Amino acid sequence: MDSAVPEIDLNRTAREHAAALRVGEYTSRQLTEATLSQIRSEQDLFNTYITITEELALQQAEAADDRLSTGEGDPLTGVPIGVKDLLSTKGIPTSAGSRMLEGYRPTFNCTVVDRLQQSGAVIVGKTNLDEFAMGSSNEHSAFGPVRNPWDTTRVPGGSSGGSAATVAARGVPLSLGTDTGGSIRQPAALCGVVGLKPTYGRVSRYGVIAFASSLEQVGPFGRDVHDVADLLTTIAGQDSLDSTTVPEPVPDYKAGFERGFEGLRVGVPAEFFGSGLDESVRSVVETAIERFETAGASIDRSVEIPTVQAALPAYYIIAPSEASANLARYDGVKYGYSFKDGESVDEEMSMTRGYGFGDEVKRRIMIGTYALSAGYYDAYYLKAQKVRTLIRQEFAMALSKCDLLLTPTTPSVAFALGEKIEAPYEMYLSDLYTLPVNIAGNPAISVPCGFVQGLPVGLHLIGRPFDEATLLRAANAYQEETHWHEQAPQSKY
Amino acid sequence: MSLSIDEVKHIARLARVNLSDAEVTWMHDQLASILDHFEVLSEIDTDEVPPTAQSFELTNVDRPDIAGASIARDSALAGAPRQEDGYYRVRAVLD
Repeated sequence: MDSAVPEIDLNRTAREHAAALRVGEYTSRQLTEATLSQIRSEQDLFNTYITITEELALQQAEAADDRLSTGEGDPLTGVPIGVKDLLSTKGIPTSAGSRMLEGYRPTFNCTVVDRLQQSGAVIVGKTNLDEFAMGSSNEHSAFGPVRNPWDTTRVPGGSSGGSAATVAARGVPLSLGTDTGGSIRQPAALCGVVGLKPTYGRVSRYGVIAFASSLEQVGPFGRDVHDVADLLTTIAGQDSLDSTTVPEPVPDYKAGFERGFEGLRVGVPAEFFGSGLDESVRSVVETAIERFETAGASIDRSVEIPTVQAALPAYYIIAPSEASANLARYDGVKYGYSFKDGESVDEEMSMTRGYGFGDEVKRRIMIGTYALSAGYYDAYYLKAQKVRTLIRQEFAMALSKCDLLLTPTTPSVAFALGEKIEAPYEMYLSDLYTLPVNIAGNPAISVPCGFVQGLPVGLHLIGRPFDEATLLRAANAYQEETHWHEQAPQSKY
Repeated sequence: MSLSIDEVKHIARLARVNLSDAEVTWMHDQLASILDHFEVLSEIDTDEVPPTAQSFELTNVDRPDIAGASIARDSALAGAPRQEDGYYRVRAVLD
């Protein structure tokens, strides 16, 4: 059998693997074995996975081969995928990147993992992340930082750093992350892959370990827009287990692809090109804007999101406030790490949480508890929620004049490991352009649009609520004009 | 708004997060610098603006009240740090 194993090109997209599986060029079992071998070698270099789920992956691959042999199967059947270790997987360790969930094995699957399994996708591992999805560099993981495949002295972004890095490093063609303030789009930009945050309510959050419930969504990473559209189709839709999912039908996301840029009105809000933006990144993004224009889109520079400068402080009140409530459940009683040598319930819980949580998680629990505490609620939490209303209204107004907005995804390219770890607010600024979108709830995508000193730059497109189709159409049209997404990191692996 | 060391200790108590004295000092400095950045919010006029708790409000989402499968007790307790007779065990909460 071994001598007959074909050489498998792991640069291929999910769509290319799916076609190869259907013509019998290789089997899902062979593809999965090649993938497992690749992600094990990648693991030593980039620390992208917390758990590699070999046994489950091989079982799923064999089931996929059976299904494909009968001529059946979905676009993802037999295709390897990584999932962020924030998504509950039945019987498989789920850590959220935290010491707090030491030894925890969920008793159920989250809905998106159920949907992946129904589609026949092969889950090869749980990817590394910032603890409880709090961070922008993947340095806040109890399992050590992920390294950027383009330059291992730099961060991959976060919090879904492992999911972005493994797609960039050609470990898997697809992965899932979560995005609460930029945690899909920012690492997608820094790792040179495509990442999409769906509209709030588009994808079920059931079984996703909660950080900030009113802001977060699960979404896809891929190396091209077609793959991202296929993965979004697989996970999107109403779920009776998540009452915040909407009943709107999931459209055919690729139906408009052949229309390209035709008739697209693209707004470029000046507030996203201010003094915080690195000049080299600005220049790359301006070149992309010219490309949109020459390819047939119309550019409107009159749109405004004037309150956007308040989005960052509003976010860092709202998200920690929700986190302080969501993370109250970790008490050392039901599962995970537990300090057992205290004199009282209070002492044991405080000691459990003091040890179990890392610095960034503690910092956010403290900010949230403060913002919600007596005497400060109106000045902080209520004020932030009012600012949220203004930002939503401004996005709605801008998107009444345009089909989508175009901005940089991040103010700079990937920064060095350790550079911002002691300066939390500096770290928060790397999500300056992504987190306003979570506050408003709209969908957005990051696609590769060039390089600065060998490091990838992301182009950020923001759409109307539940209009992922237009975002994907524009992003796909851009990828047909350019080859940035085909570039692979030169790291030695 | 300035933040005192005692306030940091109070918040840590409310949040049930044990902090050493060194951590209290460190946390105080970090929180104070983050809170400074929140001041920009007070410059925004929101007198007539209602708050938003969630971006696309769905109201009264309900379903028929039909009992479904639930998690078996053994499986729910399987990860418990301490258990006894089919229950989670904690220290006494009343003296």
